[in-house]
Parts: sequence; structure tokens; C-alpha cells
Amino acid sequence: MYDQTNALPPLPGVGYKPQHFIALMADPAPVGWLEIHAENYMGDGGRPLAQLRALAERFPISVHGVGLSIGGEGRLDPDHLARLKHLVGWLNPASFSEHLAWSTHDSHFLNDLLPLPYTDATLTRVADHIDEVHEVLGRRMLLENPSSYLAFAESTWSETDFLREVARRTGCGLLLDVNNVFVSATNLGYAPQAYIADYPLELVGEIHLAGHDEDQDDHGLPLLIDSHGSEVADPVWALLDLTLDQAGARPLLVEWDTDVPDWPVLAEEARRADRALARIAA
Amino acid sequence: MSAVSQDSFRAALLDASRPVPDGLLDGAGRPAGRRYAVYRNNVAVSLREALATGFPAIAKLLGDENFAHVAGLYLRQEQPGSPLMMMYGTGFPDFLAGFEPLGHLGYLADVARLELAMRRAYHAADAAPLDPARLQALDDDTLRAARFTLSPAVQVLRSPWPVLDVYRYTLTPGSPKPQATAQHVLIARPGFDPEPHLLPPGGAAFVAALMDGAPFGTALQAAGETFDLPATLGLLLQTGALTDLTH
Amino acid sequence: MNKTLTTAALVGAIAASFTATGVVAQEKEKCFGVSLAGENDCAAGPGTTCAGTSTVDYQGNAWTLVDAGTCAEIELPAMADGTARMGSLEELDRDLPQS
Repeated sequence: MYDQTNALPPLPGVGYKPQHFIALMADPAPVGWLEIHAENYMGDGGRPLAQLRALAERFPISVHGVGLSIGGEGRLDPDHLARLKHLVGWLNPASFSEHLAWSTHDSHFLNDLLPLPYTDATLTRVADHIDEVHEVLGRRMLLENPSSYLAFAESTWSETDFLREVARRTGCGLLLDVNNVFVSATNLGYAPQAYIADYPLELVGEIHLAGHDEDQDDHGLPLLIDSHGSEVADPVWALLDLTLDQAGARPLLVEWDTDVPDWPVLAEEARRADRALARIAA
Repeated sequence: MSAVSQDSFRAALLDASRPVPDGLLDGAGRPAGRRYAVYRNNVAVSLREALATGFPAIAKLLGDENFAHVAGLYLRQEQPGSPLMMMYGTGFPDFLAGFEPLGHLGYLADVARLELAMRRAYHAADAAPLDPARLQALDDDTLRAARFTLSPAVQVLRSPWPVLDVYRYTLTPGSPKPQATAQHVLIARPGFDPEPHLLPPGGAAFVAALMDGAPFGTALQAAGETFDLPATLGLLLQTGALTDLTH
Repeated sequence: MNKTLTTAALVGAIAASFTATGVVAQEKEKCFGVSLAGENDCAAGPGTTCAGTSTVDYQGNAWTLVDAGTCAEIELPAMADGTARMGSLEELDRDLPQS
């Protein structure tokens, strides 16, 4: 049985999809760990939980929440926090992470990671909510940078400074999504390399990779969509290399959530992540 | 500097006739424009696709274009009440029942109820089936007084429509065309896959009485004169619907 | 039948329910890898995602029901009296084979 009390290993992982269960159990190489979305394992029983129990016997598991609405103006949903506590309690995963975003308002869940203005008020609220998560779950969480499609006029912090300050106040770690960095930088017109240079890499407990789609805004400028429905783009791999050069080896996750391919295609993406790790070890 | 509240951000997300909130910009400081539409699309399309995933028979019955419109109206009226997307759409059957343009397709709401029941069964708590030997060991009086526990996955749907035949005709190639008749359906989950089964005469009343905690003998009375006990009990045992009994 | 169900008939009915379904020989399958319905596990319902979409949502006001989808093949006319069906429960019960 895998000892879940260890942290995630600095190896390639993939976002788990039920259609890959058999292929993954038969030959997982080079995948060294798996990530699940917390909310999909909050039912009472059945196949999802049976599969998760079997996977946790063999792999380190990262629980990735997509619905806590940490940036929400209202209080954190106590029912949802209790569900997370239950899941993290019985599974004792190697990692728990959530997003710098909001998704619930007035008890309505909008099923999207919505953007936040980077202000002092947002900072206080996010830090308070992360303190509450730490207290309820009894463990340190990682906070993920979002994909941005627009900016707030009211923002007074850069995203990297904002994340650094949240981590300083709460003691949380960070989940660096390099595809999100590339998407946000392209959409808002800054250099992704500069973001990495400003980012507190020493706090990174996990790195995400995913594919994106290309669209245009009203002025014909590129508008990238964080769609998780294709191979990771070449410039994102290049940004990963740059990141690993500075940060050293970290757990690398390939996310593929829409138009999910057959296992060999996803395994090939994991092999590419494995080569990125091998490059810096050489 | 204008602050964008989450209240106003949300209101314009779900109503494309509202202007994009002030204070949202592109990277060059110009109004966000269609960049905001990315979030509108993310919310509406993801909820619509969630409904299509959860109600595959309804989606197929209506066709893509009709379904997209109906789902678009519903999702603006009712968003998920929690981040558990597996539970989204509990109000969709009633919405369909009250949606006038589809009034001539009276069976739609019950087909949606069947799909919802299948989903609930899929995620219901696990329960080991009752060993049939325990039933056989009981004498007549003890059996009539016995109360049964049913698996959390078990549900009964009574429809004035051929709801199971419509469901199968829509999703299972080669199924016969539905004929006008009422159908009562047992939804159970032996193992991990929920199954809908046609209940024999009296079966729905019998199972409903057992679920209410009535003794076996009382459930027999509730089932009526035409009750087919062997078929119903056989179905309950076969599908793992019974998990325990007390006497 | 239940009012007149004798002990012998009840015992017989229970025995019949076993033999009719072969439930005694039923084995418990522990396959959580694949669903009987195949790869696409419809009954699971929607899951969560943290991804966006480039699919555009067109939500116009003008819409008329187009004759598409499987419902066009199903003829189950609604009744004017609000019972919205052709067959009744009583007819169903009569039509079903009795065992």
C-alpha cells in the first residue's frame, strides 16, 4: 500500500479520468501519482469511491478542489468544508489544493473559476478563508494561480505579489499552473518569463500543465482559453523548462479534462513531462 | 476606481442582455468587451453540458438544438445548489413538466425523473445484499411480521407513461418502439451499475410499503389483488434491493 | 391474492422467486474498472472541471421547437383530460402476463 503521508513525489502525474482506470492499473509508467477533483468523490458510494480506494492503494493522490470558492465574498460553505474534511480525513492524500478564484455566490454554484481583483480587501478575505481551510482540514493547502481573460481596474497588487503575500500570511503553499501563466500573460499582454521571475518558486509544491485554445478579442488580439482539451502547447513546455531550471524538480501534473483522449495519448504527455524532469537532473 | 461586486459580475454572467460590468479591462486598459464573454460561455456551456451528460435520454429525445435552448433556459433559472455537479438538475423534471412548448411531449418529465433516479442510484451508498437463505429460514408468521431494509440505491418511479420503454428506445439501439401504457419502474444497483426494471402488477405499492418500513404482511395487503409476489420478490433479490431484515 | 395467501402459498411464492431468478447462484462481481454500459458511464452524471471552454453559448429569445430528436419517432398523444396518456394503469395490469 502506498503511504499517503508522504508529499507528492517530483514525478509526472495525470488528472485521473475513470475511463483510464484499467489502462492505468495495468501499466502506469511513467505516471508516479494521480490528481482527482475532490467534488467528484463526495457521493455516498458506488464506483467512484471504489475506484478511488483502489487507486490510493497504489498511487500518491493529490486532492484538487474546484468548488470551495476561496475568493468568494460570502463565508466559505460550511457544508462543503465538512465534505472536504471527510474526504481528506479518510483518504489522507499526499496533497490538497484549491484555486485563487470564486465560483459560488448566494448559494449558487456557477461551475467556473471566476476572477478576483487584487486588492487589500480581497487579500484579507482570501487569507481568512485559507486560515479557515487550514484549521478545518488540519493540513497545509496549495493555492493555484488562475487563467485570466481580463483585469480589474481596481487591482493594486500584481498577481505574483498577491500570491506571495497570501502565502506569507497563511503559511499556505502554491500550485503553479504554467499553462495558466502563459494564458494570462498572453491575454493581458505581459511576458510569461517575467511572471516566473517574480513568482515565489520556493513555495511551489506542484506544477500544472494543460492545453489551451486560441481565440481573438474585440481588437483582434490573441485571447487564449484554458480549455484542457488538447496537448500542452510548445511555448508552455518551454516555460516549464525555464521554471524547472530555477525551481528544481517538482511534481508535474498533466491535466486533460475535455475531449479526453485514450490512455496512450495522455501517457505520451506524461512522458514528455518526465523528459523535462530528466533534463534538469542531467 | 469602480469596484466590481460579485453580485453584479454574476448577474451579467447569466443575462447576456446586461452590459459588461464597468471596471473590467483588457491588458491595455480598454473595456474588457468580449473577454467577459469567456466567463459567460464557461458558465452557460459547462452547465448545459452537465445537463446533457446527466440527461442523455432527454438530450436525444429533443435533439441538440432544442435541448440547448431548453437547458439554456433552465440553467438561468436554477444553478447548482452546491459544487457537487453529480447532483445538478434535480429541478429539471419539474421544469420540463411546466415548459409549455414541450407540453405535447407529456412523458419527458418522467423520463428525466428516471434519469435522475439512475444518477442517484449510481452515487448511493454501498450495501451488501440480503442472503436469500435468511428469508427461506423464516416461518410464515415471522415472515409476515418482518421488516426489510432496502439498499440506498433503490427507488420506485410510477408513471402514467411507458417511461422505461421510452428510455430504452432512446438510449439502447434495437429497443422496440414504446406503446401507450403506464409503467412502474424499480431502480436498483447490483454492484456498481444502476438498472431500471419494469415492476410487475402491485410491485410499486409493495416496494413503497417496504421502503416506508411496513411489515412484509402489510406490504402484501398494500400490493392489492393482482400482486405478483414471486416476480417482485425475485426482482428485489436479484438486484440486491433488499439488504437486511428484522423480526 | 394476498388476503387468501396461505402459508403454503407464501412459502411456495418465495421458493418460486428464487428459482425464477437464479438468485441463489448469483455471484458478486467486483469489477469497478468498467461499467456494463461500456466506457461511457452515463449514470455517473456530470463531473467537475477546472477548465474553460471555447464553445460559444448562443442564447437568443427566438426559438421554436424544431422537429428533431428521437421524440419525433414516438407517438404518445397527450389526452385532453390531463391524464396525458392513452393506456391506463388498470389496462396495464390486465395486459401483463400473470404468473
